[in-house]
Amino acid sequence: MSDMTEIVKRISGVNPRKCMKCGKCSAACPAYDEMDYHPHQFVDMVENGRLEELMNSKGIYMCLSCFACMERCPRSVEPAKLIEAVRLAVVRQQDRNHLKPEQIPALLDPELPQQAITSAFRKYRK
Amino acid sequence: MTYSYFPGCTLKTKGKDLDLWGRASMAALGIELQELPQWQCCGAVYPQARDEIATKLPAVRALASARDLGQDLVTLCSACHHVIKRVNCDMAQDEYIRTRANNYMKLDVPYAGETKVLHYLEALRDQVGFGELQKRVKNPLAGRKIGAYYGCLLLRPSRELEFDDPENPAIIEDFIRALGAEPVVYAMRNECCGGYTTLENKPYAVKQAGKVLDNAANCGAEEIITACPLCMYNLKENGGGRLPVRYFTELLAEALGVKEAEA
Repeated sequence: MSDMTEIVKRISGVNPRKCMKCGKCSAACPAYDEMDYHPHQFVDMVENGRLEELMNSKGIYMCLSCFACMERCPRSVEPAKLIEAVRLAVVRQQDRNHLKPEQIPALLDPELPQQAITSAFRKYRK
Repeated sequence: MTYSYFPGCTLKTKGKDLDLWGRASMAALGIELQELPQWQCCGAVYPQARDEIATKLPAVRALASARDLGQDLVTLCSACHHVIKRVNCDMAQDEYIRTRANNYMKLDVPYAGETKVLHYLEALRDQVGFGELQKRVKNPLAGRKIGAYYGCLLLRPSRELEFDDPENPAIIEDFIRALGAEPVVYAMRNECCGGYTTLENKPYAVKQAGKVLDNAANCGAEEIITACPLCMYNLKENGGGRLPVRYFTELLAEALGVKEAEA
């Protein structure tokens, strides 16, 4: 798992050691209540090599990509990039896609914009 | 004035109104939006990982195509704008991404972020000017109380998007004022509506859309405008009909008298 931690740091470009633990990212996160691990915990747990717990968390699919945590971080740590890198570490593995094409027809409704499906595929599968 | 224009997948289908009234209004203001001769879906989400190269290429193609035409590139959908603008920043500033993207593309002239990317609202503000727009309004929207919904994608991260003050934006309020209506400022206008979760966590999308609309209504808004087809869907379909939600271009067309001319 230590190799994977290095990969997550490298592809995210995030240096978790810049974090000063102010918690502003989690305070700003609109999906905070929906996540088992919160944005500030992602930063701390990557720093401490606890990647497996993050890879098994539901939070990686609840990040809205709204970039509030990135905008409001006083140290430019960019937690959203870290959460995405952890999610990629999962969905890039064989058979670990979070959303499969065969699930889509049941989820469609007549007004749903293409953007919703395209973005879900981009976020949840490889 | 002619701009290259990237409509994007949704504006050709479920978000047709955003595109239709956007083009008609710009034409009425003497600006031509020339659709790029070939374009692909931008992917709707900016791929943040530095080793994601292939997923950034549709944006690079659009950017290089506008550069070859010698035109600035105008976008209208918030998601397209977000993706294309950020990929442009990568191509200008990140040598790792630039080299790999160009290796794939094999363009006659490698692309290095030369194209200027403008959101429709920026083109309206900087090329037409809100003062001039106000003079061109035929049907002022007097007495209407309108809440601007910015959402996430136009504003953040502000260092790359450079759209407006991410915590206290004003461009859509200025736009509303130019149309003769009254802008209603409310706290949730730059908070995420949760639209991305509508496929797999609808209860959350419903909750978040409700928060945005309740806040707007409590502050006195009687209608909402947006530039994002996903926000439009989420606020409208998951928002329980609390307030009417429309694309900002439809209001523009209405104020310019373009809508009745087309009808």
